[in-house]
Amino acid sequence: MISVQGVWKFFGDFAAVRDLDLEIPRGATLALLGRNGAGKTTLLRMLAALSSPSRGTITMGAQSLRQAANRRRIGMIGHGIAIYDDLTAQENLEFFASLYGVPEAGRQIAQWLETTGLARVRRSLAREFSRGMRQRLAIARAFLHQPEILLLDEPFTALDDRATALLSELIEKAREQNASIVISTHQLREAMALATEVAILERGRLTFRGPCTDQVRSAPEQFYRRHTEPAA
Amino acid sequence: MEYLRAALAIARKDLRIERRSKEVTNAAFSFALVVLLLFSFTFDPSGEETRAMSGGLLWLVYSFAGVLVLNRSFARETANDSLDALVASPAPGGAIFLGKALANTVFLLGLELATLPVFGVFYNVRWDLNLGWLLLVFVLGTWGFTVIGTVFSAVTVNVRLREVMLPVLVFPITVPALMAAVQLTTTVFTGQPLAPEMVWIRVLVAFDLIFTLLAAALVEFVLVG
Repeated sequence: MISVQGVWKFFGDFAAVRDLDLEIPRGATLALLGRNGAGKTTLLRMLAALSSPSRGTITMGAQSLRQAANRRRIGMIGHGIAIYDDLTAQENLEFFASLYGVPEAGRQIAQWLETTGLARVRRSLAREFSRGMRQRLAIARAFLHQPEILLLDEPFTALDDRATALLSELIEKAREQNASIVISTHQLREAMALATEVAILERGRLTFRGPCTDQVRSAPEQFYRRHTEPAA
Repeated sequence: MEYLRAALAIARKDLRIERRSKEVTNAAFSFALVVLLLFSFTFDPSGEETRAMSGGLLWLVYSFAGVLVLNRSFARETANDSLDALVASPAPGGAIFLGKALANTVFLLGLELATLPVFGVFYNVRWDLNLGWLLLVFVLGTWGFTVIGTVFSAVTVNVRLREVMLPVLVFPITVPALMAAVQLTTTVFTGQPLAPEMVWIRVLVAFDLIFTLLAAALVEFVLVG
């Protein structure tokens, strides 16, 4: 379980996240909603141990997130695809497999290249790939070490149909395996279809936290409007 | 063990990318050759005084060309936000730093060894008189320079004027290592005995050790915002 306690994040004088308390239990899929600048990406970066809270603590099993053992359990898809253009698909996955100490890396990599439809072009440089292929390689990179915690920042934005289907399928599988998933998005319907819980951030504060009920799923836009200030 | 494995994986990855893209190779080699050529017009290659300052000339070229290499070290990771994936991985910050410093050192040593014969021809300097010592000085001097440069490459990675900021930050701190390397290189080139200069070897070793340990311990704070 990830526990966020009294977390603040400042950029200079600006508080991007304010006094946030949040628990993400194992097996939960949390849809993190909010307008641009609400603090969603800042929170996700702190959950991925890419950024430290200015105040408060974020722990996983009572240990710091920066512990190597904890980072090994986290997989993230952020705004960038985080692959190297001058490495082949195979070399990209080999590199990340060695950083994560993936057991039986050769077999795992072959399997992921097959799953993402990149086995045929495994020896081609990533820079020669189409956008969709690069996105699928990024998905393979994020899932390669079988993370127990998935942090997804606008995961469906700019994905082609094949990558969207692949990602949805992998998220579904991760849920079945009891992974904790946090999805930050503006796409309410896609997020609600997957979520078991919802959190809404507004100007860095948590304004709503609760289960994603059928009522919420049936009318996500109305639900979202009810819990956010009217747009300026 | 995992620390070392991660560092080696990062070094291998950086060298492989550079071998393919030649992003820095072309610029750094051309720059080093042009500066060596320009200096050879300025000074009289046969002069005794030129030989006396040959170490300084050479390390000036290496450090300027080195900044071009170091500028790309972490900037290379920004293209697809790969730095996030690297920092979020279980690899400790120290291992990321060590891997990058290793790759930079290997690359710079390659540049130094490739341009050394050119320097010998342009300046009429016998560089092969004491090759073992010369290699030791190159390795120690280059490691000291790249350790500082790699840390500041991480510090300036998101700075808009990083090409300007990096040399401004790196050169003042590397002065002791560069002074030692210059002194020792000149001694080797002029064929003088190295025994009286052992203090400079000690300075280089101490500089390398202290800054490697400091950088490996502190770089985590630089990488995690």
